[in-house]
Amino acid sequence: MIKSELVKQICNRNPHIYQRDVEKIVNTILDEITDALARGDRVELRGFGAFSVKQRNARIGRNPKTGENVDVSKKVAPYFKTGKELRDRLNQA
Amino acid sequence: MLDKKIAEPQVSETVTKADLVRAIFLKLGLSRRESADLVEMVLEEISQSLTRQENVKLSSFGTFEVRHKSQRIGRNPKTGIEVPIRPRRVMVFKPSNVLKARVNGLDHRSGGF
Repeated sequence: MIKSELVKQICNRNPHIYQRDVEKIVNTILDEITDALARGDRVELRGFGAFSVKQRNARIGRNPKTGENVDVSKKVAPYFKTGKELRDRLNQA
Repeated sequence: MLDKKIAEPQVSETVTKADLVRAIFLKLGLSRRESADLVEMVLEEISQSLTRQENVKLSSFGTFEVRHKSQRIGRNPKTGIEVPIRPRRVMVFKPSNVLKARVNGLDHRSGGF
């Protein structure tokens, strides 16, 4: 499923809302999560999961093709942990 | 005032569904009730797609994928007793390059990820 299909599904269930508004709703949700992570905040969505960021130390990487050493600088990586309810639902079938 | 802000320790806060609801309420002018219903609906659609084992790809945000784990032998770390871990399905989130750049304070066009 891609974003446009997600929007379509929500539209089908809410015929009174314009498609462009549903697009705005989905984008608002994703933007809020992105902004929170960019601030270093955590996003906790009960039943679904939690987004957070993790610090990655600087390290010396290697170009697998040439074997050359490359410096990889310290960075922040987005991380998602699946919520309990969703984890259980994935295994119900 | 600016000095004070910088001097404060960086405290990370938690954003919840209520914050997403407020953002939609403010931006779209829908009722709070309807905004709350829509947040739930979006998360539910994504969850349902995943329980159908269909991956969800949200451009410029990331991809939610379902992975199959085969059976393995686990061990109770306290008692040392071996227990089989049944095959199961797990979900992983792969952040897009845009999201990775954003959390590192970069514009998504600057690349490097």
